[in-house]
Amino acid sequence: MSQLFPKSANSLARASHVIVAALGGAVLLLVLNWNRMPWVNNQGVARDQPVPFSHQHHVGGMGVDCRYCHTSVEVAATAGIPPTKTCMNCHSQIWADSPTLEPVRASFREGRSLQWTRVYDLPDFAYFDHSAHVTHGVGCSTCHGRIDLQPLTYQVPSLQMEWCLDCHKAPEKYVRPKSEVFNIAYQPPANQLELGRRLVKEYGIKTRISCSTCHR
Amino acid sequence: MSTETRIDLSQVRRRLDGQGGRRYWKSLEELAETPGFQSFLHREFPENASLWTGDAGGRRDFLRLMGASMALAGLTACTKQPPEKIVPYVRQPEGIVPGKPQFYATALNDHGYAKGVLVESHMGRPTKIEGNPEHPASLGGTDLYGQAAILALYDPDRSQNLLLEGEIRTWSQFTVALKAALDAQKALKGKGLRLLTEPITSPTLAAQVEALLAEHPEARWHQWEPAGRNSARVGAQLAFGQPVETRYHLDQADVVLSLDCDFVSEGPANVRHIRDFASRRRLQAGVEPNRLYVIEGSPSATGASADHKLVVKPSQVEGLARAVAAGLGLAVAGGSSDRAAFVAGLVKDLQAHAGRSLVLAGEGQPPAVHALAHAINEKLGNVGKTVTFSDPVEARPVDHLASLAELAADLKAGQVDVLIVIDANPVYSAPADLDFKAALDKARLRIHAGLYLDETGERCQWHVPLAHTLESWGDLRAWDGTATLVQPLIAPLYGSKSVHELLAACSGQAAKPGHDVVREHWQAQLGPEFEARWRQALHDGVVAGTAFAAKAVSVQPGAWAQAAPAAVSGMELVFRPDPSVGDGRWANSGWLQELPKAITKLTWDNAALMSPRTAEKLGVKVGSTSRGQSTELVELRYKGRSAKAPAWVVPGHPDDVVTLHLGYGRTRAGRVGDGLGVNASLLRTSDAAGFGGGLEVRATRQAYTLACTQDHWTMEAQDQVRARNLMRVVELEEYQRDPHKIAEEFAHHRPAKDLTLYPPDHKYEGNAWGLVVDLNACVGCNACVVACVAENNIPVVGKEQVAMGREMHWIRVDRYYEGDLDDPAVHHQPVLCMQCENAPCEMVCPVAATSHNEEGLNDMAYNRCVGTRYCSNNCPYKVRRFNFFLYQDWETPSLKLQRNPDVSVRSRGVMEKCTYCVQRINVARIEARGQDKPIKDGDIKTACEQACPAQAITFGDVNDPQSRVAQLKQQPRNYGLLEELGARPRTTYLAVVKNPNPEVSHG
Repeated sequence: MSQLFPKSANSLARASHVIVAALGGAVLLLVLNWNRMPWVNNQGVARDQPVPFSHQHHVGGMGVDCRYCHTSVEVAATAGIPPTKTCMNCHSQIWADSPTLEPVRASFREGRSLQWTRVYDLPDFAYFDHSAHVTHGVGCSTCHGRIDLQPLTYQVPSLQMEWCLDCHKAPEKYVRPKSEVFNIAYQPPANQLELGRRLVKEYGIKTRISCSTCHR
Repeated sequence: MSTETRIDLSQVRRRLDGQGGRRYWKSLEELAETPGFQSFLHREFPENASLWTGDAGGRRDFLRLMGASMALAGLTACTKQPPEKIVPYVRQPEGIVPGKPQFYATALNDHGYAKGVLVESHMGRPTKIEGNPEHPASLGGTDLYGQAAILALYDPDRSQNLLLEGEIRTWSQFTVALKAALDAQKALKGKGLRLLTEPITSPTLAAQVEALLAEHPEARWHQWEPAGRNSARVGAQLAFGQPVETRYHLDQADVVLSLDCDFVSEGPANVRHIRDFASRRRLQAGVEPNRLYVIEGSPSATGASADHKLVVKPSQVEGLARAVAAGLGLAVAGGSSDRAAFVAGLVKDLQAHAGRSLVLAGEGQPPAVHALAHAINEKLGNVGKTVTFSDPVEARPVDHLASLAELAADLKAGQVDVLIVIDANPVYSAPADLDFKAALDKARLRIHAGLYLDETGERCQWHVPLAHTLESWGDLRAWDGTATLVQPLIAPLYGSKSVHELLAACSGQAAKPGHDVVREHWQAQLGPEFEARWRQALHDGVVAGTAFAAKAVSVQPGAWAQAAPAAVSGMELVFRPDPSVGDGRWANSGWLQELPKAITKLTWDNAALMSPRTAEKLGVKVGSTSRGQSTELVELRYKGRSAKAPAWVVPGHPDDVVTLHLGYGRTRAGRVGDGLGVNASLLRTSDAAGFGGGLEVRATRQAYTLACTQDHWTMEAQDQVRARNLMRVVELEEYQRDPHKIAEEFAHHRPAKDLTLYPPDHKYEGNAWGLVVDLNACVGCNACVVACVAENNIPVVGKEQVAMGREMHWIRVDRYYEGDLDDPAVHHQPVLCMQCENAPCEMVCPVAATSHNEEGLNDMAYNRCVGTRYCSNNCPYKVRRFNFFLYQDWETPSLKLQRNPDVSVRSRGVMEKCTYCVQRINVARIEARGQDKPIKDGDIKTACEQACPAQAITFGDVNDPQSRVAQLKQQPRNYGLLEELGARPRTTYLAVVKNPNPEVSHG
């Protein structure tokens, strides 16, 4: 009986091992990196908003302090999205007739809230607290990036748990002097690790990585 | 699948009789060692409990469901998060910080009386109720109803529309009709006008009612409450010849005698009573332990705390009370000669503590017993010390039974043209002999106002939905007269009106807001500086200086002193408000229906409670399965009426007596409460509201299944030590002689510290959280369980699921019996997560969903849990709960408002458990760190600790030697459950220390 397979089949069989392994690897890679894809985690995605609010203009251009609008950032879990009244403090005078701002004026006139789309959307089982971070030397730009350069706000980090843990495991990599927390253009010094270690000690920062720190 | 085992009671009794020393047991099933009990003991969930048990559990259903699960649940992790909206204020109110709760002081209406509370509000959404430390009826604690009130606010079954004959009408249409009817009555001086309410303590409402009556001089105001304080009211009238309010000062009493009085549950001061009583049960320096004698005709939570409990038929209590009175030298006849030795010892003890003793009479006893209690207190010189009196707090206190009977008679005689029923439900709750349902239909115009369209509302032409206390302005008085301004936490969800607005409409002011009515009333009361005083009162939750002054009254001799107790023959039937749903007003509360009742641990049902001997005599068969407790229906024939109820055997119940709790058998309660249990009012008569004789009971052999949690989560201890490594009880004398003996006795159970796979001496730096439960202070009131449900978004699972052992409560109150079958002592033990330092659950989790944190908490990450249930399998304390199904209601909009935003809402397939309220710990830690201060002892209160009226639960930092919890753990009676396992629980217990009188025998 002649052989069923020619000798070249051996090569095919060997190649199939590689192909199957490569395919399996690709699937594994896809699964493992699924949540790292911006398409899934919205990293870098700017959202549609009722009014095209520009942080670049307000923060970068006008130099408005973060806390003028985000009033509760130092005392509460949420930084706070400003009430329409805050917008109208200026915009009843400046750009008072701009058609772009009509939704803001309508909201104020009719007493209906503006509905913003959340850009930084943590899952509901993760409890983040702004006050705990900004009172201990975590700067706004550490998570929100150079918001003064963003015309439309987008999510800078991935917001994946590995990203949270990166800092929670080694806060000295990111912590800055308390006086620089709201400095949006802050650049970490060359000796960040040295400074960070000193500040971690000074501010009494603990590396909290147990589940209940964020999940409850 | 589930096999039933009958329990042979005589065999059980024999087995118990052979035991020496202290022995603790949980149930008849345990003593009979039924397979059902064994499966609860050896498994974390009974066999087959994890199987699908829907109506049609066939293979096809299974495949269909699995298909759906794959499609829906399996892939949800791979989908994108839907975009979320942020809706800020237009103009942000001053003082509100989004994400930070605010607390407002107000009061809840408890049978007309105020219970002061602080309500937590998340941006205008009330979510949790706490006691108001400044309110005399609360002092910071709440009872289970205070905790459950928040669910009642959001109950989707609340009445939402104003109805005329079932059709929706507007408020103005109603007020026009009301005005026409009242104008017609005015011409007749109100001859045909009747008002029916519950007791009223609200000064504003009382003034409004009086004004209405002044306009209609011949109109009548009737009051009805099925399980209120009628005996106390009538008894005080009998004793003093005038209506007075009695105030007990349990903190001042060394010796307390309860004549069938469940003072920890009944009455408007029960929370205060628990606090005062428990303050004398703490074994601390400077606290003289008190002694409690209870003579009871039906098992109660108070009886469980007794140092001496005498179980008698309810009809025998009066004779014993007369014997005690006579023994003290009062000119009282009719004393019973039974139990002479007990009475003699009791009398001697009372005399020895004259001026420092207290006698209380129960609501289930006739007024004469209350009069006797007053006479005894006066004789002992207790008046002004442990008991004081004041003017009545209620407006026009009346005999409710007489008042309702009078109304029924007028109705039957056709003399009622307009009947306005406010917040009362006589069609459901009136004694059967009044035949109120038929009588009501004789009134020509019937107007019902209430929170629900209930049995009475259904039979009235007009129904006006009332606003919940948390939605309306008002005022209420506590039992000592202290007034509280009731302020709304939220605008009425359904646009309902408050009672004040309804009464204003009766006086022709249909458009007047409730706020203005209340404010105008107080403007006259508070005088100058009104605005400042009004604001202060709103802030504090009490109007300063409104408590009533003590009043001197003296017992008047009367016929009651000489009359012999009414003869009661045959078996007796006892009517008591249900320990969970009260007189039925809480029937639609899922939280309360699912709450295991204080003594019986039944849920979702009432039952004909009887003693083991009575059950044997009747031939009633009880048994157990892994799908609930099997019993049979018994027919109760009583005064010419009959009803069928499931029998339930309660050790420690008096023989030849059946207890049937009120509050069940509702037909128009709502989707939760409808059709559960039996309506005891259908047997109750107005001449014997508490109990009556002549009961005949017949076994019917019709099977019935009850969901009783007494065997659930039974901890597996070696039998010979089962006694004391779970429950520890010592006598005071023994304890004082050698406080350390109790600890040493069990020292050999404690394994060496180095007997562990972990590094033996892990140091917890910083805070290390721990908790102590003082079992001697705990009265088993269940407030902690409901508080935990409210705080931690714990779902309700329903009767069938409870019967299978799937209730989700993170804290349970285990009840242990001690001693023989017929008259055992009862002990309560709240069990929550032990937060073991060597947690057995953590080692077996394959995905590290449960792990230790740096402060010693045993964390549970719900979103990481894949539902293997290995952890609960390995938990010796059985405190882990598994979501077998999607128990949480994710659909009903109003229920979403109640949820605590600081706690994740769990889904199907996830394990959950007590976290020591880690959300509260985190908030306190972040706040303290923000201000660079350490967390002070007492800054963090767990929900159970905060609710506990007895202050039996103490949470704190065990690393701080000055903290209360560390101090308590130093007490020699401190012990951990199942210490021999070496799990090193952070939750520990302080043993029960009973204080019996060596001179008293129970003969």
